[in-house]
Amino acid sequence: MIIEEIERTLDNAERLNGQLNSFLSIERDHALSRIEQVSKQTEARPLFGTPIAIKDNICTKGMRTSCGSRILHNYKAQYDATAVKRLNDAGAIVVGKTNMDEFAMGSSNESSAFGAAKNPWDVERVPGGSSGGSAVAVASGVVRVSLGSETGGSVRQPASLCGIFGLKPTYGRISRYGLVAFASSLDNIGIFGLTSLDAARVLFVIAGRDELDSTSADVPVPDYEATINDDIKGKTIGVPRELFGEGLDDEVRNAVENSIDNFRSLGAQIVDVELPYAKYGIAVYYIIATAEASSNLARFDGVRYGFRAEGSHSLREMYMKTREEGFGPEVKRRIMLGTYVLSSGYYDAYYSKAQKVRALVKADYQKVFAKCDAILTPTSPSTAFKIGEKTEDPLAMYLNDIYTVSANLAGVPAVSVPCGLSSDGLPIGTQLIGNFWSEGTLLNLANVYENQFPLGAKPFVFAE
Amino acid sequence: MKEGWEAVIGMEIHAQLATATKIFCGCAVETGGEPNSNTCPVCLGLPGALPVLNENVIELGARAALALGLEVQGTSIFARKNYFYPDLPKGYQISQYDKPFSANGTLTIMTSERDASGHATEWKPMNIHIQRMHLEEDAGKNVHEGLPDVDKYSYVDLNRAGTPLGEIVTSPDFRTSWQAYDYVNHVRRALQWVGASDADMEKGNLRCEANVSVRKIGETDFNNKVELKNLNSVRFMQKAIEFEIERQIAAHEADEPVAQETRLWDEKNNQTRVMRSKEDAHDYRYFPEPDLQPLKVTPDFVENVKARMPELPDVMRDRFMETYQLSYSDASQLVGDRSFAEYYETVARISANPKLAANWILGEFTRELNSSGKTADESLTTAEDLAELVITVEAGKINNNQAKEVFAEMFATGKPAAKVIEEKGFEQISDTSAIERIVDDVIASSEANVAAYRGGNDKLFGFFVGQVMKASQGKANPKVVNDILRHRLVG
Ligand SMILES: [Zn+2]
Repeated sequence: MIIEEIERTLDNAERLNGQLNSFLSIERDHALSRIEQVSKQTEARPLFGTPIAIKDNICTKGMRTSCGSRILHNYKAQYDATAVKRLNDAGAIVVGKTNMDEFAMGSSNESSAFGAAKNPWDVERVPGGSSGGSAVAVASGVVRVSLGSETGGSVRQPASLCGIFGLKPTYGRISRYGLVAFASSLDNIGIFGLTSLDAARVLFVIAGRDELDSTSADVPVPDYEATINDDIKGKTIGVPRELFGEGLDDEVRNAVENSIDNFRSLGAQIVDVELPYAKYGIAVYYIIATAEASSNLARFDGVRYGFRAEGSHSLREMYMKTREEGFGPEVKRRIMLGTYVLSSGYYDAYYSKAQKVRALVKADYQKVFAKCDAILTPTSPSTAFKIGEKTEDPLAMYLNDIYTVSANLAGVPAVSVPCGLSSDGLPIGTQLIGNFWSEGTLLNLANVYENQFPLGAKPFVFAE
Repeated sequence: MKEGWEAVIGMEIHAQLATATKIFCGCAVETGGEPNSNTCPVCLGLPGALPVLNENVIELGARAALALGLEVQGTSIFARKNYFYPDLPKGYQISQYDKPFSANGTLTIMTSERDASGHATEWKPMNIHIQRMHLEEDAGKNVHEGLPDVDKYSYVDLNRAGTPLGEIVTSPDFRTSWQAYDYVNHVRRALQWVGASDADMEKGNLRCEANVSVRKIGETDFNNKVELKNLNSVRFMQKAIEFEIERQIAAHEADEPVAQETRLWDEKNNQTRVMRSKEDAHDYRYFPEPDLQPLKVTPDFVENVKARMPELPDVMRDRFMETYQLSYSDASQLVGDRSFAEYYETVARISANPKLAANWILGEFTRELNSSGKTADESLTTAEDLAELVITVEAGKINNNQAKEVFAEMFATGKPAAKVIEEKGFEQISDTSAIERIVDDVIASSEANVAAYRGGNDKLFGFFVGQVMKASQGKANPKVVNDILRHRLVG
């Protein structure tokens, strides 16, 4: 019965949240009223009664949508994001909104204004970010699927650190309407699944052209489930060896190398490839993402909604106090960076140059995909680190995204698949990057891998 | 202008494109509604909402561009103009920057200086270079009046936010305030003509800014320029430019600096005053709008728009002069407004007497329109009905005074000419035999006068005409009466 499953989900969410802090709001009343609604639906629904958690930067009508920020701490969305609407139409039931780095800016969840979510494998450690809450909600067994968002790796990196499957689709595959923008040309809604099959079912429902998003593509959505068990024999997987060098944790390297051997054993052909511009990814990413963010976050000014600082005597003072008190340090850092790179006299040196290099990164991928079905790299250079370990060193934090950002820059899809555990029992992910619209291929590769080489372990904190 | 000086003036016009809905959402473009009633997540700038370009903006933008001699660009790019203001809900305006919708236009306007009483001295053609017309969204409005606690709070009404605008920017080609005045009027009529904009300055759907500097004649460098705003009518704009030219010349001559700044026209005191100085100028941090794809417009689309556009006013004016042998002045007046020009052309064609038609249109018809406040479109008298009246007059069936009386009735009631003429009993008798009979009667009953006339008293001719007209109750065609009388009185 749906009602029992939803009740159990809500109970688990509430019971574990004290330990994990993965939910910013648990929507019991909403979920229970949705049961009645979906029960009345007569046609078969692909996600009938499926409980799902939604990252708190995706609009859910009537529910708090805080983006992990004080500036929207009291903001209730006035409409459903297109992805949420499609989930609802498919019979899914939103059970809560998940914790995240403030405005999706971070790789550890620690920039959340409401405290970091904890990694269920070791609650002293970060779950990764920015979609840490959504990753934890799945990894801890509360839900099988959740929505996150990606700008530079915010789904794949926490998926890797939490030992679950994470998908960032092709740019334009899932409508961004209702996803609160961080960096519009890089943002994607992404999906976490306990397995790739869970994620495939959700992707099939929410993908496809949306008239409300001019950047969503009119490309047919295939039945991912129909091809997810196909034989992967003969698939070509490219490995860019230059990315396996400095800065990569040895245990991660070993696990990822092992995943390459495993793919070979499944009949995949492994070839060496080169991505010469990938090493500029982080630099390019932090120029473009912060530039767009500085503009996207301008609307949070205390005039119309959200937090407004008290006691100002002029409009300018109200703006400054509101944004000073409403945003956390990482968000302010990025707004300042972005404002700087767009400012008069610096635009050509930074933003314009970054766009040119971005085109080269994209061209790198096009060359490689002429001869490969997918590219394999680590997802994250290390396993989950200790809470507080990197908060004083923003650059070290930014390097967490070194393997993931270039897929966002190029707009191509990528997934993270669990591929092993470190000696202290922390999960490690391997990343597969595909050509435009090749989500089906990535899901197929991931699913076959998961079935043949399951992780075989459960997190320390797990809902029964 | 003081001897030895010249003004350098560039114009920026914001014209509201006359779409039914906003540029990036489906909200209605309407004035006068409840504050914030025509809004949605997109034009309120709610988190997560995204813009989608209204196709009709492309159509009307293309019409406007073509009417101003601009080239519609194959690819244009929307860009964000970033600044904070309460009436700007996203903290940026979606506009266009280095890749505008249209560019590189040459527009020929007619312009003239005015004498002391405001009359044009000599109309001459002048070529204006229009650099660009780009597309953008309008902001909302801050409201400081008429609401509770306005001393403590300002209010924001976002009904106007997202209204489509075309911003038309010229090179600094104008040398006098009247050139700028004639230019704005030209643009206004052109936009109305092609249906791209209502272009009504009083309603705020056409807004002008002028960049004004002065220099000694012969100099080629530019001095600091002043941007003039709050120009709520073409006349205010002209006055503001004139004031500013004189102010700047006086400052230069007194060796006082002219600051690069924005000034407002102060209608009450008839002067400009500082709004903000250059130091307060914004760095708008333009960058391409990532939420919208580059706007592609194919040559086919442009050709298609062109094919559906009406003949432009200047082309029509020249054609009227050539085809209908009208004077420059008459032809110019006839193309003052599109419905008026089309009305004229229908009357001219049906009546087959374009000159007489022009006299009627510029005379009685214009007088009636002015006193009733109607446009040609709204006239109860159709062009076909007026043409019928013109034909009747030309055929001599009624005289001119009667025709004017008939037309007044037609305009007031919408009745056709024949009906009014019949009701008024104005139908003239032109039938020669009927008039001959009356003439014979008059001659038979006025023997003494006939003798006197034949004896040399020519002045009596008028007496006979009067008698005949009286006997015919005014219906006899005076020309026919004259002919017959002259013939019979010879004896
Ligand atoms: Zn709207």
